[in-house]
Amino acid sequence: MKKYKNQTLLLLIIALFILPFFLNSYWLDVLTLVLFYVVLTQGLNIVVGYTGLLDLGYAAFFAVGAYTTAILMTTFHWSFWLTLPVAFLFAVIAGVIIGTPTLRLRSDYLAIVTLGFGEIVKILATNLEITGSASGIYGIPRPAIGSYIMSTQKDFYYLILIVAILSIIAVYRLGRSRIGRAWIYIREDEDAAEAMGINRIRLKLLSYASGAVIGSIAGSIFAVKMSAIAPLSFSFLQSVMILLAVVLGGLGSIPGVVIGAVLVIVLPELLRGADDWRHLIFGVSLVAMMIFRPQGIWPSKNGTEDATDMDENGKSNDPNQSMSV
Amino acid sequence: MSLLTVKDLKLQFGGLLAVNDLSFTVEKNSISSIIGPNGAGKTSVFNMITGFYRPTGGEIELDGISLINKKPSQITKLGMARTFQNLRLFPNLSVLDNVKSGMHCRTKQAVWGALFQTKSQQEEERLIEKVALDCIEFVGITKNMKRSAKNLPYGAQRYLEIARALATKPKLLLLDEPAAGLNFEEKQYLIQLIRRIRDEFSITVLMIEHDMALIKEISEHITVIDYGWKIAEGTPEEVLKNEKVIEAYLGKEEVV
Amino acid sequence: MEIIFQILIDGLVIGAFYSLVALGYTMVYGIIKLLNFAHGDLYMMGAFIGFTFLSIFTGDGGVNTGLLGVGIVFIGTMVIVGLLGMGVERIAYRPLLLAPRLSILITAIGVSLSLEYTSMIGWGASYKVYPIILPNDGLQILGTQITFAQIGMILLSALLMLGLRLFIDKTIYGKAMRAIALDQTACSLMGVNVHQIIALTFFIGASLAAGAGIMSGIYYGTINFMMGFIIGLKAFTAAVLGGIGNITGAMLGGLVLGVIEAFGTFYFGGSWKDVLAFGILILFLVFKPTGILGAKEMERM
Ligand SMILES: Nc1ncnc2c1ncn2[C@@H]1O[C@H](COP(=O)(O)OP(=O)(O)O)[C@@H](O)[C@H]1O
Ligand SMILES: [Mg+2]
Repeated sequence: MKKYKNQTLLLLIIALFILPFFLNSYWLDVLTLVLFYVVLTQGLNIVVGYTGLLDLGYAAFFAVGAYTTAILMTTFHWSFWLTLPVAFLFAVIAGVIIGTPTLRLRSDYLAIVTLGFGEIVKILATNLEITGSASGIYGIPRPAIGSYIMSTQKDFYYLILIVAILSIIAVYRLGRSRIGRAWIYIREDEDAAEAMGINRIRLKLLSYASGAVIGSIAGSIFAVKMSAIAPLSFSFLQSVMILLAVVLGGLGSIPGVVIGAVLVIVLPELLRGADDWRHLIFGVSLVAMMIFRPQGIWPSKNGTEDATDMDENGKSNDPNQSMSV
Repeated sequence: MSLLTVKDLKLQFGGLLAVNDLSFTVEKNSISSIIGPNGAGKTSVFNMITGFYRPTGGEIELDGISLINKKPSQITKLGMARTFQNLRLFPNLSVLDNVKSGMHCRTKQAVWGALFQTKSQQEEERLIEKVALDCIEFVGITKNMKRSAKNLPYGAQRYLEIARALATKPKLLLLDEPAAGLNFEEKQYLIQLIRRIRDEFSITVLMIEHDMALIKEISEHITVIDYGWKIAEGTPEEVLKNEKVIEAYLGKEEVV
Repeated sequence: MEIIFQILIDGLVIGAFYSLVALGYTMVYGIIKLLNFAHGDLYMMGAFIGFTFLSIFTGDGGVNTGLLGVGIVFIGTMVIVGLLGMGVERIAYRPLLLAPRLSILITAIGVSLSLEYTSMIGWGASYKVYPIILPNDGLQILGTQITFAQIGMILLSALLMLGLRLFIDKTIYGKAMRAIALDQTACSLMGVNVHQIIALTFFIGASLAAGAGIMSGIYYGTINFMMGFIIGLKAFTAAVLGGIGNITGAMLGGLVLGVIEAFGTFYFGGSWKDVLAFGILILFLVFKPTGILGAKEMERM
């Protein structure tokens, strides 16, 4: 069983590497977008899936990465690669700024505060001069590897593919480590987690910062791929779409979240012509999913092997779960 | 020698004085109990000792270290573990993962180790697993190891909570009504378990319990509280003869 | 001085809208501890349904609907949106009452999206011009022009809020609401039809939001399918400001927020006023989550 799983994964990765040679440029673009979403959803998966903190402003971290790279490359003429550590740093700072005052809040307050922060970031981007106001930043240069300038669709496809694979490995490994387990304990029952010696504030912050870093890397690459960015890409709707992918796929489940990302991007492409309907369909499916299958399409098993483990994450019916002291 | 010292402890909820000038000590290596009618303030005392409630006044010391203004997680790290009156397991996680939580405060790998699967990370993971397995075996639920906590029989859930607490390697273990909901055989098993915890690991046990037979059998020292006040303390024989104690319990029965 | 008074009046009018929407938030929260993210969208629905009715009444773009006509439109819209609110509760929230908070919050976002894009599909994405033009006459008070329309809005809001206050204080339903907020289990044991009362709460909250929606349509002149998003956040801020779960607090919070925002807009410019509101929200949630009037919340282990 385990052996086949590895082989399937290997085949899938090989397929992803040779796929660009068989796709037209339209579908290659769609696939690239899917991979951006894979990275973003993995980041959000840490925060919402593992730690159980509802973040409705995740696009803000995407924005931090994108704007940091864009500003450093246009105004200060930095190399793309050098902007990455700075974006990393800013993402951590943003995560901590948002996290520190809010992590003591109950889950629903936290959700709305993150939403507020997300909007504030968007308003800042829309109004500040350094972020190019409403029209954003354009003419972002192409990144170079040695003397090779990355400019084709395929170049960016491979870049984001590699980052997506790395982020999946990272999130997978974190989830099975001492830190990742602590996040999951907090999600399951934060008082009990605290009683077991887990400093919930510190670990929630770490969760935020880790999610933020992954989001910001996606943002940095997004900036150089598009070569122009504007506040519109970092709206509440963007945050909701990323969240939707995580929820549809299965909170805390890595394959689930990848499937979620594929669905959220590819489905609307298949439903072309029904463009207006797509957000409505997404809204309804969020509701339906929570009612009928809260654990998602490919739920996480949390390492359990129950014979009859049908109801998962979503419905533990533990009224104490959302309590805190 | 006393391991835990509680002095003049006070707790107020709005107008309600839940705990009032409570003082008691717990001797090292003893099995002690707090008893009292429902609503007497017993759980509140545990919550203050473990840092979940901030006392309105008073002093709490574990092994000479003050616990006032410390977070529950810090207190756990100092060597205190607890169970909850209404089970607070991690419901969707396996028994093994539940117990691994206890080792969090005894280990230190962070993000770096996880990402790069360093050697020390892997060693630590093995250690965590070993300790968890030992604790699971100690309470006797090994066959349920991979099941999720919420699907265990009730008795096993109680033992699991104890195993999880043991995995923090405490000096003092607080059990909040550990026998509640257990049948006769399970209670006998629990008695053995508590004895073994003290005898084999030298862990001091302080518990809240309603089952007098159980308390009489294993408890060496009892503190009785009623309406937040301490009304008696001593050995089981002394306390159960005490008039105030009888009154507190009978009085309660009259109301029922 | 005049200018300050003018800003104050503007702030009170906007604040009255916030109050009306905040009431729904606070009532639902008080009774089932649910943050109904979709609440702002019920306000939007009110604005659009009212728009459709008014358009039918006035023919194409006519102006003179008459006070009676407007009154009928108000009531009709409030009832329809009230029912919509009940429907949302029945379909989306009731099945999840026992589920973890995360699930319900996500559901609420789903409902919000659904309402917004239903409206977009039904009425289109562009701004709609409200088929009523307000007369500009009014009174001169302290050297400031206050239109009759503004006075009307404030009075109408006050009337609705007074009605609500009386309903909650004096009727058996109001009593049941307060009882459920305290202890739901005890209520169902005592024979209170809990689901019915919760449904009623949604009905009232939604219809108040709808009323505010029409008023804002009339007041600002244009409406859009996304108009509920920001006001939802603002109303939530107002509810938090006043102490969430507290009816009087929500009314007060709305007015306070409206006035603060009006002054903020005057001093810092319109593009920053949302930052101001969210800033207040965050500060309150972090430092005084119980708001100005909220009771202290106690949680148990
Ligand atoms: N978080 C709290 N908020 C308000 N009152 C509380 C809280 N926790 C406990 N109480 C009150 O304190 C008193 C003691 O409760 P508790 O410590 O749980 O009693 P016991 O465990 O002895 O049954 C009770 O009257 C209870 O209602
Ligand atoms: Mg108790």
